[in-house]
Amino acid sequence: MVEFIFYFFCFVAVLSALVILFSKNILYAAFSLVATFMAVAGIYVIAGAEFVAITQIMVYVGGIVVLLIFGVMLTNKISGKAMITESRNKFSGAIVMISLSALLIYAIFRINFSALQSQSIIDNHTNNPAEGFNNINHLGIGLMSDYILPFEIAAVLLLIALVGAATVAGYKERSDGH
Amino acid sequence: MAIEHYFILSAILFCIGMTVIITKKNAIVVLMGVELILNAANINFIAVSQLDNIKLGGQFFALFVIVVAAAEAAVGLAIILKIYKYFSTTNLDEINQLKG
Repeated sequence: MVEFIFYFFCFVAVLSALVILFSKNILYAAFSLVATFMAVAGIYVIAGAEFVAITQIMVYVGGIVVLLIFGVMLTNKISGKAMITESRNKFSGAIVMISLSALLIYAIFRINFSALQSQSIIDNHTNNPAEGFNNINHLGIGLMSDYILPFEIAAVLLLIALVGAATVAGYKERSDGH
Repeated sequence: MAIEHYFILSAILFCIGMTVIITKKNAIVVLMGVELILNAANINFIAVSQLDNIKLGGQFFALFVIVVAAAEAAVGLAIILKIYKYFSTTNLDEINQLKG
C-alpha cells in the first residue's frame, strides 16, 4: 500500500514537472508547480520527514508560488489573453535532458547501497523509525542545540533578503537636487 | 521503500528543472526551474536521512535549503521586477545589453 502511494506521488511529481516544461502558459506552469510541491511533500511524509513536509507546503505552496504568481501578474500586460512564454534551444535542451538523466541514473545504479544500509542504526528492514520516535521533538532540540549557529545565520539571511528585495524592487523617487 | 527510487525521482526532477532553465524564455519560468532543482536536492537529503534517523542531519539540511530557497525567490523576483521596469520585458533573449 505504501509503495502504491509512493509511486503515485512520484508519477504526479514527474507529470506536473513535465507540464511546467511543455506548457506555454505561465499560469498553468505556476499551478502545476503547486502540484509538484504537494507531491514532493507527500514523498517526504513517506520518507519519515513529516516536519519538512509541512514546512515545504507552508513555505513553497504558501509563499514562493504565490510570490511567483504575483511576479507573473506584475510583469505582464493583463489584457485578457493568455500569458505565453516561448521556448528556445529546444534541441540542445533535449540533448542535455536525455544525456544528463542517463548519466545520473547509470551512476545511481552503480552506487553500492548495501554498504550504506548496513550502517543504519535502526532496523534495516522497514526503514521506518522506531516506535515512539518523535521526529519534531528531535528537530526542535537539534535546532536549538547542535544547529543553533546555522539557525541564527538563516534568520539573519532572511532579514537581509527581505530588506534587499524591498530595496531592489521598491519604487524610489530620484532626487536630482545636487 | 528502496532508497534508489528516491534518487531516481530526484534525478528526473533535476533534469526537468535543468531543461526548463535552458529552454524557457520567460525569467519567471526560469525561477520555477530553479525551485524544481532545489526540490530535487531536498529529496536526496530526506532519502539519505532515512539511513540515520537518530541524528536527522539530512532533515536539518533540507530545512536550511528551504530557507535559502525562499530568500532566493524573493530576491530573484525583485530583480525581475526591476528588469521589467527598465526593459519593459522579461524575455531573457531581449535583455542583452551586456553582449559584447
